[in-house]
Amino acid sequence: MLLSYLKIAWKVLLRRKFFTFISLFGISFTLMVLLVVVALFDHTVGAHAPESRLDRMTFVQLLHIKYKNGGNQNSPLSYYLLDTYVRPLRTPEKVTIYSNFHSTPSYVGNSRLDLDLKYTDEVFWQILDFTFREGKPYTPAEVKSAARVAVINQSTARKYFGTDTGVVGRTIEINQTNYRVLGVVDNVPAMRLSSYADVWVPITTSPDDLRRVQLTGDFSAIIMAKTAGDVPAMQAEFDQMARRVPLDDPKGMERLDLHADQLLASYSRQLMNPLTDYASDGLTILYAILSGIALLFMLLPALNLVNINVSRIMDRSSEIGVRKAFGATGGTLIGQFLVENIFLTAIGGLLGLLLAYVALQLIDGAQILAYAHFELNWRIFGWALLATLFFGVLSGVYPAFKMSRLQPVQALKGGSK
Amino acid sequence: MNFTTAQSNLFDPAATGVAVAPAPAMIKLTDIEKVYQTKTIETVALNRVNLTINKGEFVSIMGPSGCGKSTLLSIIGLLDEPSSGQVEIAGRPVTSYSDKELAGLRNQKIGFVFQSYHLINDLSVLDNVELPLLYRRSVSGQERRQRAHAALDKVGLSARTSHFPSQLSGGQRQRVAIARALAGNPELILADEPTGNLDSVMGEEIMDLLLHLNRHEGVTIVMVTHDEHQAQKTERVIRFFDGSQVS
Repeated sequence: MLLSYLKIAWKVLLRRKFFTFISLFGISFTLMVLLVVVALFDHTVGAHAPESRLDRMTFVQLLHIKYKNGGNQNSPLSYYLLDTYVRPLRTPEKVTIYSNFHSTPSYVGNSRLDLDLKYTDEVFWQILDFTFREGKPYTPAEVKSAARVAVINQSTARKYFGTDTGVVGRTIEINQTNYRVLGVVDNVPAMRLSSYADVWVPITTSPDDLRRVQLTGDFSAIIMAKTAGDVPAMQAEFDQMARRVPLDDPKGMERLDLHADQLLASYSRQLMNPLTDYASDGLTILYAILSGIALLFMLLPALNLVNINVSRIMDRSSEIGVRKAFGATGGTLIGQFLVENIFLTAIGGLLGLLLAYVALQLIDGAQILAYAHFELNWRIFGWALLATLFFGVLSGVYPAFKMSRLQPVQALKGGSK
Repeated sequence: MNFTTAQSNLFDPAATGVAVAPAPAMIKLTDIEKVYQTKTIETVALNRVNLTINKGEFVSIMGPSGCGKSTLLSIIGLLDEPSSGQVEIAGRPVTSYSDKELAGLRNQKIGFVFQSYHLINDLSVLDNVELPLLYRRSVSGQERRQRAHAALDKVGLSARTSHFPSQLSGGQRQRVAIARALAGNPELILADEPTGNLDSVMGEEIMDLLLHLNRHEGVTIVMVTHDEHQAQKTERVIRFFDGSQVS
């Protein structure tokens, strides 16, 4: 029986090529866009090396200062603030402090090479699991002594030395300062703001005065819990600490907002601040908005499918009448149309997967984002396909149910009642 | 045409030439009324029809267009419900049957032949003929094929099994429709103007086929027709006018 249904489904798809094209286009295009968006999302906030232990990490990236005159300031933090208040926390396993990356000039022969430089402590290499192609990171002693040593990425090694092997021990000149290369790591995508750079050097070589007592500066921190289950306790300790940080200017400042959020939450706190005023990370609202957009986005092809299915099934009322006359029950007919819809949506899903793969390859190839590498997320593909199937089934059930309830004689006459 | 030998012969006066004992009633209609109601108009399609069709009979229903012939056939075939009155099949009233039970009855007991064939164009001749058996869980795929081939053999179309309806002439399509009606081995065939869309030669061919099925295979047939000549070939002619039985 299933084979007979599939035969009919295939014939019906071929018979009405234009409608089939529109249906398949709707399904596959929607899935493609969803998959590409999810791949970008995953690329930015998913657990990937070197940030593969995201479930244990929280990020302290921005300090929000609310002024009494109504003004607001969002800024990275000072080394002093992070070193004095964050590093001594007891719950975390490790805390790393690092600067934002800055484009810094270097020269290869006569041509300029702009390299993104980041200052980090030695713990940075313990929390983040960079893949070293050769060499090793700098040691605590090298950080303490402000040694002129550097870890560079593969791309920099190729551009500066013309090779990515055998460069350990060689010297790279950046902004008129010579650094000895200690190690070469895999490129990190630019979207991973915390770990990304072309060159990493000890934080003690930073031109900033690290001991200066101030709230804002150029630094961020990653705090890693012993286990994922420890994160809430770690955040609670952090929040307690944050309340003790004194205001620089109590007369002008109203309050400070300082939080240790997990990666996505750290972005959503900034994005959702018009709604939450930094009081919460806004993750629930962000998820609700994203789900709403995804649902609306899928609703369009679903409505299109409903419309097409109604006309497609009404066209086949004579067939439904014949099947009923020869013993098909309403349930059997609904089953038949469900098989047909699942068949159609499955084809659309596979096309969507193919289109998404091609689109991601194109985005990868265009190198719009430095070192970006997008991958299809199979889990999300499964969910998206399930959602499309659900809509496909729903859109098929309604007209099939309507037709299955007709008297056979009405169906034979074309479904008019 | 490859007609098979009779398997049962419940009614064959031509063959015996003597009166036979009354056959059991296959269909009994009592005070059947069918009224189509719109907001402004009430149309009486059938008016207190009482009719008994015995097992093995070949009955034709005649009357002008719109007199309720096809409506009556649809009610006999459980494709439509009467507004009032009782339909009995093999001694059992069907009014209390659920949709599922009615579907089962149509599948097991009745075969339909329509004026416009109502073949499924996307399916091959063989797949079309298999249709009634598709809804019988007890019939395997292999048996379904065998029985469909046998039915096509009976109507002389065994060489056309892989053709599609659009590749056949009108007469051939109607023969496929008859094969489909036969495939389920029904006790009753309901034919709604089976020769209405055919020329006289093909019409005669189809009529001969139906007569053969009735006389040699014992299939009860109720046929709606406009053709007096064909109606006279059947055992009993029932005439309708304005929704009422006149003879």
